[in-house]
Amino acid sequence: MRKYGKFAALIVVVVGTLAWLATTGMNETKTYYKTISELGQMGDQAYGKRLRVGGDVESGSIQRTGSQVQFVLVQDKLKLKVAYTGTDPLPDTFRDGAQALADGKLDKDGVFRAAKIQAKCASKYEAKPGQLPPGQTAPNINNGKSSI
Amino acid sequence: MENLGSVAILLALCAALYATVASVIGGIRRKPFLVVSGQRAVYSVWVLVTFASGILVYSLMTGDFRFAYVAEHSNRSMPMLYKFAAWWGGQEGSLLFWSWLLSTYAAVVVFTNRRKHRDMMPYVVGVLTTVQAFFLVLNNFIANPFQMLATDKLIVAVPDGNGLSPLLQYPAMAIHPPMLYLGYVGFAVPFAFAMGSLITRQPGDGWIHTTRRWTLVTWLFQSTGVMLGAAWAYHVLGWGGYWGWDPVENASLLPWLSGTAFLHSVMMQEKKGMMKVWNMVLISATFFLCILGTFMTRSGFVESVHAFARSDIGKYFVTFLAVGIAATIYLILDRLDYLKSESQLESVISRESSFLFNNLILLASCFAVLWGTLFPTISEAVSGNRIALDAEWYNRLMVPIGLFLLFLTGVGPLFAWRRTSLDSLRRNFQWPGIASLVLVGALLAAGVRQFYPLISFGFCLFVALTVIAEFYKGARSIAAKNDMNLLRATVELTHRNTRRYGGYLVHMGIVLIFIGITGHAFNQSEVKELNKGDSMQVGAYNLQMVDLQQGENQNYQWHRATMQVSKNGEPLGILEPEKRFYLASKQGTSEVGVRPRLNEDLYLNFGGMSDDNQRAVIQAYVFPLVSWIWIGGLVLIGGTLVCLVPSKIKMVYARTEVVGVVKKRATVQN
Repeated sequence: MRKYGKFAALIVVVVGTLAWLATTGMNETKTYYKTISELGQMGDQAYGKRLRVGGDVESGSIQRTGSQVQFVLVQDKLKLKVAYTGTDPLPDTFRDGAQALADGKLDKDGVFRAAKIQAKCASKYEAKPGQLPPGQTAPNINNGKSSI
Repeated sequence: MENLGSVAILLALCAALYATVASVIGGIRRKPFLVVSGQRAVYSVWVLVTFASGILVYSLMTGDFRFAYVAEHSNRSMPMLYKFAAWWGGQEGSLLFWSWLLSTYAAVVVFTNRRKHRDMMPYVVGVLTTVQAFFLVLNNFIANPFQMLATDKLIVAVPDGNGLSPLLQYPAMAIHPPMLYLGYVGFAVPFAFAMGSLITRQPGDGWIHTTRRWTLVTWLFQSTGVMLGAAWAYHVLGWGGYWGWDPVENASLLPWLSGTAFLHSVMMQEKKGMMKVWNMVLISATFFLCILGTFMTRSGFVESVHAFARSDIGKYFVTFLAVGIAATIYLILDRLDYLKSESQLESVISRESSFLFNNLILLASCFAVLWGTLFPTISEAVSGNRIALDAEWYNRLMVPIGLFLLFLTGVGPLFAWRRTSLDSLRRNFQWPGIASLVLVGALLAAGVRQFYPLISFGFCLFVALTVIAEFYKGARSIAAKNDMNLLRATVELTHRNTRRYGGYLVHMGIVLIFIGITGHAFNQSEVKELNKGDSMQVGAYNLQMVDLQQGENQNYQWHRATMQVSKNGEPLGILEPEKRFYLASKQGTSEVGVRPRLNEDLYLNFGGMSDDNQRAVIQAYVFPLVSWIWIGGLVLIGGTLVCLVPSKIKMVYARTEVVGVVKKRATVQN
């Protein structure tokens, strides 16, 4: 029986460590999905939490200044100003009218500071299978200026 | 013609259903004629699905834009290769592709086993055709690829189609999905044999021996598919990464992890008659994870940038999964008596134990990935809040898991069965252990302070040395005995026991992949807006933009920067990162400029034009060691192929003792 005790102890240690890593990791990296209207209802609670907000990129709203990119997300006529502060290049799919997911925090000035942007083409055609990691391609050459 | 296609898949469904019923009834009532007619039906399913696929492919190639599917996934200006690849480029087509692969596999299984496993085969066919029927139901009624474009009951054609996503118009990408699907679908076969064996209460491991090679081939496809996906992400997406923990990527990794666990744990059953229930559970889990993966990428069930359009196809998959899993659990529980273990665990430091922990860790990582992938959905169902876990969470968890697994890769194969003596531990591990410690010390002295990379490099050297030592010891004694040179002796050694030494090669591939991944910790990057003539610095490289051009052809518009690369004043040549904008699909892609070297890659991406349209945004990266991931992938594939070669000497046990390899018994990895 002692032999099995050793196995049990080892297994408990391994599984326990992993469970601990998983739960602490979860508390530190979890991100809430919110819509723009939910964000408005959250009031003061919205500040400082990691959030993921989705919407359409308003046509003509994309501005680049230096390495910073600003744009406006629209959902059911509600608008949210987003400033992209991340270092990764923006995805090719990010442009006027695209569906975008901004991942970051809401600042007191009402601007959403996104560390990561994911974007998907508007419904024109369905994306294909395969392995396209989220939000990791470079910005479009058209950069939102030519209307598509 | 469109009607012929529809009729063919409808008939195929009928034939598949008939095959299921005929095989199972024939099996129960022991009516050979019924069983044979069921098997013939399997062939007819293959003929019909092949015919339907042929029609779809023909329409894609000739651009018959009356088909909704063709209009959506093909266009006139696409090269032929991609017109063909559009077969699996969209929802309906890829499901038809699934069906076709499964029918092909089923036909091969029936043919190769036509004189074997008389009692088990009817049920094997029954299970395979049930799965086939499910997919044919989807093909027929849910995602029919033969839908036509029509206005007012009149079939019409559009002038040109949307075309395949430009991101997929890349050679590696054209074969990446079929590789993954070959892997996904392939696991249905060992699963069917496992179930057949359970249903007929087979006492032995017949199903394992029969499907071992099959499982290996499937695993090979799956590995190749995952590697191709990573290589594609690296070369096409312009972000220089190869893995982002996206749900769709995870879906391909899940069955790979459980399949890897299965390949290891069957050795326990073959050699020791242990873990029989576990193997049943593992192969079933692998199969259902394949179905789950297919489902996740198709239903909009998980949030992914590149999942298929949301559709109600999900509920059919959920039903199939629920019924299938319930039936499997019932069968395993009902037949537990036939799955009794023949031996027991004896020592913590033994081969058995290392297999146990290998399985535990692989399964834990599989569960972790599954948890992370499904967590947004689970949390929404439980608390109403949709909560996402990002790449950071995966890395936190998977890095230690990966390192532990790497460690086991090194020690596991050298532990003896049952228990390992201290003496053998010292003999096997003394020098690799010391060498690794020296390496870690040297790295510390060189200024590397990150914890995980230090551990990783240490383990990599340790495992590599143990593998090399195994080859060297075996080859040396063969060389001495047969008067050969060491190289020929190594080949001879490998040929004598391909499973064992092929397995070592696979482990070596894993080590190389880990080396490549560890290089990630030392990445450097720089972004700058450049005018013609400007230059920038990244790592030791100096980059000068000597030209900036733009143009347009019928497929896409492009911008291209010509970058002169030099290092310490010494010119190294030109890189030309390019940005394309495809006209048909209105989507941009990046053609990166890469200077791959064994020590590091210089990776340039054309980020876009600056706001005033004057300057080019150039993203420059230095990725140390990344090439080793691809080299490791090739070694892994090579090792698996070696495993598939029949061993020259069947009496493996006796022979390995004679040639004086350290351990008493032959060991086999993978």
